[in-house]
Amino acid sequence: MKYVDEFRDPAKAEALARDIPRLVARIPRARHRPLQIMEVCGGHTHTIFRYGIQQMLPDAVEYVHGPGCPVCVLPMGRVDDCVTLAERPEVIFTTFGDAMRVPGSRKSLLKAKADGADVRMVYSPLDALALARRHPDREVIFFGLGFETTMPSTAMTLIQARRQGIRNFSLFCNHITIIPTIKAMLDSPELTLDGFLGPGHVSMVIGTRPYAFIAGHYGKPITIAGFEPLDVLQSTWMVLRQLAEGRREVENQYGRIVPEAGNSKALAAIREVYELREFFEWRGLGSIDHSGVRIRADYAEYDAERKFAVPNIKIADPKSCQCGEVLKGVIKPRECKVFGTACTPETPLGSLMVSTEGACAAYYNYGRIDTRVPADAPA
Amino acid sequence: MNELARPSRLRDSHINLSHGSGGKAMRALIEDVFLGAFSNTLLDPLEDQATVPIEGLARLGDRLAFTTDSTVVDPLFFPGGDIGSLAVTGTVNDLAVGGAVPLFLSCAVVLEEGLPVDLLRRVVASMRAAADAAGVQIVTGDTKVVERGAADKLFINTAGIGVVRRGLKLGAASARPGDAVLVSGVLGDHGTAILIARNQLALEGDIASDCTPLHGLIDAMLAACPGIRCLRDATRGGVATVLNEFARSAGACIRIRERDLPLREQVKGACEILGLDPLFLANEGRLVAIAPPEDAARLLAAMRAHPAGAGAAIIGEVTGQPAGTVIMRTAFGGDRIVDMLVGEQLPRIC
Repeated sequence: MKYVDEFRDPAKAEALARDIPRLVARIPRARHRPLQIMEVCGGHTHTIFRYGIQQMLPDAVEYVHGPGCPVCVLPMGRVDDCVTLAERPEVIFTTFGDAMRVPGSRKSLLKAKADGADVRMVYSPLDALALARRHPDREVIFFGLGFETTMPSTAMTLIQARRQGIRNFSLFCNHITIIPTIKAMLDSPELTLDGFLGPGHVSMVIGTRPYAFIAGHYGKPITIAGFEPLDVLQSTWMVLRQLAEGRREVENQYGRIVPEAGNSKALAAIREVYELREFFEWRGLGSIDHSGVRIRADYAEYDAERKFAVPNIKIADPKSCQCGEVLKGVIKPRECKVFGTACTPETPLGSLMVSTEGACAAYYNYGRIDTRVPADAPA
Repeated sequence: MNELARPSRLRDSHINLSHGSGGKAMRALIEDVFLGAFSNTLLDPLEDQATVPIEGLARLGDRLAFTTDSTVVDPLFFPGGDIGSLAVTGTVNDLAVGGAVPLFLSCAVVLEEGLPVDLLRRVVASMRAAADAAGVQIVTGDTKVVERGAADKLFINTAGIGVVRRGLKLGAASARPGDAVLVSGVLGDHGTAILIARNQLALEGDIASDCTPLHGLIDAMLAACPGIRCLRDATRGGVATVLNEFARSAGACIRIRERDLPLREQVKGACEILGLDPLFLANEGRLVAIAPPEDAARLLAAMRAHPAGAGAAIIGEVTGQPAGTVIMRTAFGGDRIVDMLVGEQLPRIC
């Protein structure tokens, strides 16, 4: 496949993988404990597992799977709110596919659909807007979810809805922002990270400048990374090179997509429609200040929270779940008490087990290989 | 079907409840639409059952193979096939992968009130064509009509009987470390064709379903390599599901190589865009085989010489540990588990 295969070239991968131990040998810290590199974005987690990248690295380098899977950090109460909205008879509730299975305290959207709620999977918020045009007698709600990557598209959808005078469409806004979240993680005393792979598609929107504090204030190297396996491996190599050379910088491996200043049109759309919330509740991480956005008063008529008195239920995470510790990289998925027993992709307790980008699901689906590279593996 | 006595013609343009009531309307439906298309000496008497002489069967082998399959698909027609060809081919292939010569099928349909009769005729004609292509006869059947909304247009159940070749014993439990793992052609065409035909994705492509009877290919395979350990058609759940079933039954590990998986560029592209895994996509004319290592090259050549196996490839090997697991060496060079599918494949958010 053109423009894809180039980024999956095994020969280039092998060359990088061969050079990595050389870099690691120059990092004194690596002699005492494995170097921890957090991939912030769930897309990277998916790539790492899908292509078996962890196994191409020496034992002295390990990935810590960060909080950047928007489906995974969704608290149970928000899912309950979705189900409550979806169960209203006049509502067509629309969502991206992988949010369907996230467990609420009562049920998931998939279960709500089976029980009779009109829940429909769409591929874009514009598909949801088209549904609203086709069903003027119904209320179409789109479940807005994701970081700055998906924010511009939902913002543009609301701008378009207003321009077209569509009144039966609204957004249940659960967008979250990446920078306060990374900062909260860096402030966590449990954390022992050595560097970061920065989220490529978020950065396509916000640019590379907002990450300066990670290198400057916290002294951690960060490389903005693309999502093909060679992108991830090269970015890992770049973080290790920074560590080996004693540099702490924001580097951009994903230059083909990410401009330094971001995308001004996308940022303008975000500013037009959204404003920061005081705080937002994250699954496993608790409440993080200024980590979510809500719809500005100017667009109130498109805000599902205002339009339909959303109960805004607070539900504590299940006690047995250790999603928070996994998200912060304090424990590995398999070290969680319920991993693979009470919590599996069939019956997830925590949402890290739901999305294909969730660390636990990725680990469960792709990663349960006991031996590293076995001698009898086909060449 | 013994309620029929004399030929009658169906004049209605749409199915209504009377077509399932056992009266004249049903008689006309069966006689005109079904018998008209399927006619053969076992079906034509329209008894409650088809009766088959045992003697002729016994010449073909030493055991009966018996299977059933219900077919529901949306849309009913798609590039490369339709619900009718799928219903026949699916059952023929379920018999064939057991090493059976497929012989007789039943056809039971559940029709939704309001279904256009012309559409039904097209489906039934397609079933006949698929049966002819597979060398089987449809010898008994049943029709039911349900109220509008109680079924989605048309459901078909086909049961099938075949005879297993004398002495042949296929089963994944006999697979051993070192055995080769083969597939019979490019993977995921059917699943991709259906996704595109549903037209919810605003994707366009010229992929056609791989819906094909496999018994001819299997004849050629068994002739070239009588020691084949096991065969299975990789329908729902795709090749990943079959490999996992094999690994569990064999108590062995199956290791495959991503770069050896035969995949069309369009299928790869659709999977990339939607975040789907081609190993989980459904096929309707592809099988997975395990064979002793010394036979692998000969088997592959025999498969490639048959039209239904032209795209065949060796994709991996059976190994020892970890037992019950399927591991893929990715094209990138890493290893990963290939598990059974959980729930449905759902497209990712971003």
